[in-house]
Amino acid sequence: MSEHALETAAGNRAHALPGRIDPMRWLVRIVLAVAVITPPMYLSDSWLRVGAYVMIGAVAAIGLTLLTGQAGQLSLATPFFMFVGGASYCVLGSPHRPGRWGLGWPSLIAVVGAVLIASVLGLVFAPVAGRVRGVYLGVATLSLVYIGLYTGQKYDSITGGTASGRSVPDLKIFEFSVLRAGHRDERIWYVFLVLTTLAYLLAQGAINSRPGRAWRVVRDNESAAAALGVPVPRVRAEAFAISSGYAGLAGVMTVFWYRLFKPDESEFVGTYSIQVAIAILAMILIGGLGSVAGAIAGAALVNGMPGALNLWFGHSHVFGHGAKAVTPVIFTAFVYGTAIVLVVLFEPGGLAALGRRVQRKLSRNLLGSSLISEGN
Amino acid sequence: MNTFVQVVVNGLGKGAVYALLALGFVIIFKASGVLNFAHGSLVLLGGYIVARTQDDLGFLGSAVLGVIAAAAGAVIIERVLVSRRPLADPIALALLTIGVDVVMSEEIIRRLGEEIPFLGSPYDGKPFQIGSVTFFRTNVIALGVGAVLVAAFFLAFRFTPWGVSMRALAENREAAALMGIHRWRVTALAWCVAGALAGVAVLFLATQDFSGAGLSLGTHAIALVAFPAAIVGGLDSTSGAIVGGVIVGLTEALSAQYISFEFSKVAVYMVMLAVLIVAPAGLFGTRERTRV
Repeated sequence: MSEHALETAAGNRAHALPGRIDPMRWLVRIVLAVAVITPPMYLSDSWLRVGAYVMIGAVAAIGLTLLTGQAGQLSLATPFFMFVGGASYCVLGSPHRPGRWGLGWPSLIAVVGAVLIASVLGLVFAPVAGRVRGVYLGVATLSLVYIGLYTGQKYDSITGGTASGRSVPDLKIFEFSVLRAGHRDERIWYVFLVLTTLAYLLAQGAINSRPGRAWRVVRDNESAAAALGVPVPRVRAEAFAISSGYAGLAGVMTVFWYRLFKPDESEFVGTYSIQVAIAILAMILIGGLGSVAGAIAGAALVNGMPGALNLWFGHSHVFGHGAKAVTPVIFTAFVYGTAIVLVVLFEPGGLAALGRRVQRKLSRNLLGSSLISEGN
Repeated sequence: MNTFVQVVVNGLGKGAVYALLALGFVIIFKASGVLNFAHGSLVLLGGYIVARTQDDLGFLGSAVLGVIAAAAGAVIIERVLVSRRPLADPIALALLTIGVDVVMSEEIIRRLGEEIPFLGSPYDGKPFQIGSVTFFRTNVIALGVGAVLVAAFFLAFRFTPWGVSMRALAENREAAALMGIHRWRVTALAWCVAGALAGVAVLFLATQDFSGAGLSLGTHAIALVAFPAAIVGGLDSTSGAIVGGVIVGLTEALSAQYISFEFSKVAVYMVMLAVLIVAPAGLFGTRERTRV
């Protein structure tokens, strides 16, 4: 798997070469920008909600693809840090009430605080992540999901309890309220768009510069990294904390989206459950481990499909009714489960590798193959 | 004191079931280098076949069929999917089994619909008393069955040609191949044994006494509790799996009794974390050494 991730990194660097303007890339960027900025003008609220849900998955998946794809640490703890992010935002942003602990901070500061708290908890777990390797680490991180579940059920004054949850303070950007106003789905769309773009740019920046190089060398060979003077435990801890921060942000976005923070009742099904851990893992694997754009594509597939299928076919007879029906959610699970298997067996580079192949074909047709000397 | 004895016996019974599952993880890990996330689905598959055939075949017949189904399911996963990528990264293979697990468990749960069948009809929900201590029959029978199966496994591992070749493979793959060991037969049989153990485990998992619930997604989640059991002992240690199973079973039973039921699930994972911090490859696992 690592050689494919290396190929990704090499591919990125090749495109970042200065002095060459690739018209294809700019065209793609402009089309993408139009495609993400205009939907609120013509899509219905329910479609906007599907899109916003995809962006939540995208932010969480970008965090995990940095950790697993770039830094080589398998984690199933993303739902836990999402839980922490959501709970922290509610605690920091709500005024104190009897039985509901709150600090009443301005909501923007509460968002930043929630992300920081998630990262700090990631750092707290880092000593474990530093010692434990590979699949052992994957199972070790699973324990955090259980701790989150227990905390959610036990400490009502923070989490509101599994029965009612707690209300989410409005996001106010300079007296401009996002959650409690008309057109809120459109407002949420744009706020999420800003957050996702920010997450994308920061991740891409990290990958293409010093931190990314450190992550990859630690992933590929720890002894060599140490011999080269890379502080291995610190690099591993950094990757864990950063990815936890991303998950924390995704958690804040989740409570915006639901307009309610509610801890899970079971460890297996729910907003912060093992099911979510696996769904996010599916996103980054299908997208191509280590690829940020791939993580977003994976999120579109895994988080977008149930909602989209529901809106397209919800009232027709494509999906049956009753207890044994194949619902859009189950159908999506079939699709991404199968996609995981196919990716591992046939295309370990995932959608990102497919995308690069298509891109190379297109560039070749446009410019003639002689110009594309750096393509492998 | 009476409560304590009762809790310990029930904990050991649960531990025996976890040990069966953990042993499955370990056998598969030794044979193919895969942490099998699809183990929970094999548990569900066995349970589903038992539930569907119990009316026609009776308990024993359906139990046998369920065990065979789980074993066959494991072999199919190994032959069709895992064996195609013998040299793949262990993490990639673990992810592959996650994909298999998602599809299998969703389908079985969908097929069950709103039904939540209980599987252990001959013993489930029939407590018995010795003196003033009440025991759950399920746990006591699980302890007996577990002990017999584990003993049989270790005898086979020690003395049969399969056990010898399996140990040879785990020791050094190339040398074993040069000595004429057919790798695929050994790994396929390893998956078969692991699947069969999962098929036996579900006969105790989906009962009133064990979890309070029948065959459902919850059963799958309980099978995941066997992860800590395998990890605590060390993923490549068969005897570690037994010790891990017992530790996890006792931790769960004791913390449920003396702290709270909700805490018992967390307690298992806390114990695992503590062990991993001290011994990153589990208590009996071999630590990977890096050579420069």
